[in-house]
Amino acid sequence: MALRSPSAPKQDVVISTRVDKVGLRPALLRNFRAGLAVVAALIMLLPAVWMSMTAFKSRPDAVSVPPKVFFTPTLEGFVSLLTDRRQLSNTELEDYKQRTDLNWMDKLALKRGQAIIGWSEFPKHLRNSIIISVTSTFLSIFFGVLAAYAFSRFKIPGESDLLFFILSTRMLPPVVVTIPIFLMYRALGLFDTHIGLILLYTAFNLSFAVWLMKGFIDEIPKEYEEAALVDGYTRLQAFRKIVLPQAITGIAATTVFSFIFAWNEYAFALMLTSSAARTAPPSLPSRIGTGGVEWAAIAAGSLLFLIPAIILTFALRKHLLRGVTFGAIRKG
Amino acid sequence: MSRIRLETISKTFGEELALSKVSLDIQDNEFFVLLGPTGAGKTTTLRVIAGLEKQDAGHVYFDESLVDSIPPADRDTAFVFQQYSLYPNMTVYENLAFPLKSPLRNFDAADIDRRIKDAAEKLRITHLLERKTARLSGGEMQRVSIGRAIVRKPRVFLMDEPLSNLDAKLRESLRVELKHLQKTQEVTTLFVTHDQIEALTMADRLAVLNNGKIIQIGSPDDIYDRPASTFVAQLVGTPRINLFETEFAGGKLHSLKNALEFDATGLEPASKTLVGIRPEDISISAQGTFHAKVVLKEPLGVETIVHLQTEDNKLLAIVPGISHHQIGETVKFEVNSDRLHFFTTEGERIEAKGVAA
Repeated sequence: MALRSPSAPKQDVVISTRVDKVGLRPALLRNFRAGLAVVAALIMLLPAVWMSMTAFKSRPDAVSVPPKVFFTPTLEGFVSLLTDRRQLSNTELEDYKQRTDLNWMDKLALKRGQAIIGWSEFPKHLRNSIIISVTSTFLSIFFGVLAAYAFSRFKIPGESDLLFFILSTRMLPPVVVTIPIFLMYRALGLFDTHIGLILLYTAFNLSFAVWLMKGFIDEIPKEYEEAALVDGYTRLQAFRKIVLPQAITGIAATTVFSFIFAWNEYAFALMLTSSAARTAPPSLPSRIGTGGVEWAAIAAGSLLFLIPAIILTFALRKHLLRGVTFGAIRKG
Repeated sequence: MSRIRLETISKTFGEELALSKVSLDIQDNEFFVLLGPTGAGKTTTLRVIAGLEKQDAGHVYFDESLVDSIPPADRDTAFVFQQYSLYPNMTVYENLAFPLKSPLRNFDAADIDRRIKDAAEKLRITHLLERKTARLSGGEMQRVSIGRAIVRKPRVFLMDEPLSNLDAKLRESLRVELKHLQKTQEVTTLFVTHDQIEALTMADRLAVLNNGKIIQIGSPDDIYDRPASTFVAQLVGTPRINLFETEFAGGKLHSLKNALEFDATGLEPASKTLVGIRPEDISISAQGTFHAKVVLKEPLGVETIVHLQTEDNKLLAIVPGISHHQIGETVKFEVNSDRLHFFTTEGERIEAKGVAA
């Protein structure tokens, strides 16, 4: 066994003496670039930061002019997002104030003269979002990888026509076909069902998954599989043991893109669901309405809505950069 | 260990003819080399034998059984590729274990381990077993790749230019190792190369391929001493064979401006005949019958390649050791007339009856 950890080869640190690397100007330029990147990142993060702040503001704080940067954080927004409440009359209010069986959510509602009467629809919608996005992403990846492998490795009659045909499903803004799909779904009994949205999102994502994965699989030399075939494995075993582990970067990138599409999709979700299968994106704006705009509740909902996408992206970030720049930096 | 027989194999890729009626009979335990330029169909031949490519016509036999419709996994061959042969993201040990863990074979863990240790020792890669394959040098990679072939006893080794991506020194030493290994392992080996030195040094027998056709099959001696065509004559041997046109006159062959003249006893008179002389069959000596001017010298240490210019031809000669002839100097030389090669103008070999050996 080697004593050194294989991941950290011991190497002497060589400080370059090349003029073009240590000169004043390159150094300045490098710092300038880094500074610019930080500024750009901050600007892009600003809305997200503002949203997070609003989520923890009380109702008056959220709408105060000038906007408050410093405020006392409260979970009021979350409570009003996650629960349905009823306005209390003055006598009831006095009653409630005497009660000792109130939990922290009830107390927060009470501050605004309201009593909690049950959970809101939002948690259900969030769960729908997760079920639909995860399932459709899984299906897109599963079929996408298989199709991409076939396109990449086998001689398929009319291959380029087929690939073009697959891509052509993305040449129209999807919203254009909302009405026909709405009518179709009504007729087929797919309206307001999980399976309906899953099918739709899978259909949209599949073309993308096939194309992206084909590029990744094309890059894996076919010699590896051939070696496995000769070594006594079937095509399927070789695919599972040799191709899949190497396609993991592509799969990760495709997963993130597919998931984010399904997760963020608004128009179809709005048109094709009413309650049972409603997802989070169309659910959020429906908060605006009765009793004025509840900015804190909307911000809280947006924040909760962001979290799964952030977790997934963060978990796969290692593969993502390679996936995003795919095609731009091709190896030899 | 098997005898491999190809029977009139043909294969086209689209419009392109890759193999045309290739027939080979490779004996058990033989080290057989396929030699030819790029695109000659050598690799396709290997792939057809491995089952990675299906021939359009013809049959493949392992021993006496027809394997045409048997998938690669069940043919029990071992393939060493030119590159990309090791599974990435696996250690050397896992690479060597991979063929042994195939669902087709059921070796127990101890047996697998013993075979891997055995092979690693033979190839002197024991110290690399825990290493990831990405962290190996080219020579180490090819060793591991050969190791993956020898951990099990396949019916045949198929090697597709395994040495051509390595540097010259390494190639030489691996060449010797491979040959030694093949002899001790007693395994039928089919080795593809475009390098004539590899072919001559390693082969028990070799086949020369060009444009999907077999030009000549024979032992290295046969190929070198009795090339079937000018193509083969020029393909093997460095420096290249001297080849020039001669005319038939008065029972003798004359080079075009009469600088050279050879006895033509036993040859059918023809208007033009190509004569081939290997550089080592030209000796520079004061008693020589012909004369030429030295135009260039390439000293290699053990020998020197001397470029000679006669009145009508440029000839290469090999002189042992360092040559002391000056450039520009006129020298006399002799040609070993027993070892002349004659070809028709189409490049076909002409056997001189009763003269040359």
